[in-house]
Amino acid sequence: MRYAMAMDTKKCVGCSDCVVACQTENNVPHGFCRDWIVENVDGTYPNLEMEIRSERCNQCEDTPCVRTCPTGASHIIEGGIVKVTHVECIGCGACIQACPYDARYFHPDGYVDKCTFCDHRVSKGQDTACVAVCPTKCLYFGDLHDENSPVSKILRERKWKVNAPEAGTKPQVYFLI
Amino acid sequence: MKEELFVSGRNIPFIDPVLHIWHWQIPLYLFVGGLAAGLIFFSTYFYLTGKEKEYPIAVQVAPFLAPIVIVLGLIALLLDLRHPAFFWQLYTTIRFDSPMSWGAWTLGAVMPLSVLWPLSYLTEIRAYFDGKNRYIINLIDWIFKMMKQYWIIEWVYKLSIEYRKPIAIVNMVLSIILGVYTGILLSAFNARPLWNTSLLGPLFLVSGLSTGAAAIMWMAKSHHEKIAFSKIDLILIGVELFFIVHLFMGFLASTAVQQEAAGLFLGGEFTAVFWGFFVVGGLVFPAILEILELYGFKIPISIPAFFILFGGALFRFIMVDAGQITRYLY
Ligand code: SF4
Ligand code: SF4
Repeated sequence: MRYAMAMDTKKCVGCSDCVVACQTENNVPHGFCRDWIVENVDGTYPNLEMEIRSERCNQCEDTPCVRTCPTGASHIIEGGIVKVTHVECIGCGACIQACPYDARYFHPDGYVDKCTFCDHRVSKGQDTACVAVCPTKCLYFGDLHDENSPVSKILRERKWKVNAPEAGTKPQVYFLI
Repeated sequence: MKEELFVSGRNIPFIDPVLHIWHWQIPLYLFVGGLAAGLIFFSTYFYLTGKEKEYPIAVQVAPFLAPIVIVLGLIALLLDLRHPAFFWQLYTTIRFDSPMSWGAWTLGAVMPLSVLWPLSYLTEIRAYFDGKNRYIINLIDWIFKMMKQYWIIEWVYKLSIEYRKPIAIVNMVLSIILGVYTGILLSAFNARPLWNTSLLGPLFLVSGLSTGAAAIMWMAKSHHEKIAFSKIDLILIGVELFFIVHLFMGFLASTAVQQEAAGLFLGGEFTAVFWGFFVVGGLVFPAILEILELYGFKIPISIPAFFILFGGALFRFIMVDAGQITRYLY
């Protein structure tokens, strides 16, 4: 099993519903977030191009965050989801420095927190909170090894890219372009 | 032409950027790690090569500083952890992939061994500080008193004298690992382009050795020893400058993210402090003073020594600070 997500940059309107849904579902402390919206405006006036992305931890295949963790608190579970065991984390910050996507943050309680692909939901066959709530249905989630999962299907149909592939982490959140 | 007009970043106030998560603790820890490595290295090296009589301060007295600064570094490291009460988790596993992990183990080994080494020179250290520093004398006398009360301390003391040579060998190896480690800790993060260069290990080692040599020449009594370490320092500063030039040549010939990282020092916000205070103030200026000294000018040795130590500390603060704001662009 290999969980992955695809995000349609053409459909997203940047409403931040996914951000709020995650904060509510996962009890994210005030002022922090596990997923976020990026608005990218490129070009020179008047030839401008805008891209809106909903970003989160890429649940990378090759994880520098897990590699640099001195205690083993950062680890990979079934489906390739990268998680942090709170009671093992000493809060050294190595994983935060190691992540090219700045997807991790210090929880005020002293451990490192990040997107979990809502493993408590997906293990029961549900969608992640952000996917479930998205009003434009621009997020796709599923198992890459299953040909019929929404994410496998959409990746076959559309052109896509990943963020900063040159960082060498093999990110598993795909952006449809 | 592609020009990025703006990136809104994360659409939530307060959290962007959270890149800057290491403050003064980590650079301080890297500085004292390098200093301790330098002190132990020169001490054990000149002991093993039989120069104990020639450089008595370097071999016998200076290393007493090492365990003291290592403890300071460990305290800084502990303060850096957001969950310091859990620090023992570091010692429940060894993860060779994680420099933080094997660094913690190295420090765990250096700590007791760096106590053992100067312990064997307790009488010499006492003689050096006699009439100079009441507190240190009191401390040493207290240790001697404890020895009379607890046989185990005396036993360790005797052991440290009897096995001086093997202790010196192990300490010397560990000091090099410690010195390189202070650089590798940073260079292992490929997400921070400024750190992600294999030159950082040797650069930090050389810089650490030069701060160690500076501390020794500051403490040295005889002219001969002062001059010897002044010369060592000059060579190390030369090597350091050579590495720094290479560092920037490497960055500029590399990918966009590393060019951007180098830009912080070539016109960017760290230009003045890096070239002005570190390269000129912490390397070139003390080097000139040392050369003048070699040509017979009377210059108090404490001045170049101070500037080298100051430069070494500043270097780590700049590298840790600047590295954290360099990142992949996408
Ligand atoms: S995005 Fe960052 S935190 Fe997530 S798996 Fe990749 S490196 Fe680790
Ligand atoms: S902050 Fe926690 S999860 Fe991150 S590297 Fe340190 S111990 Fe591991």
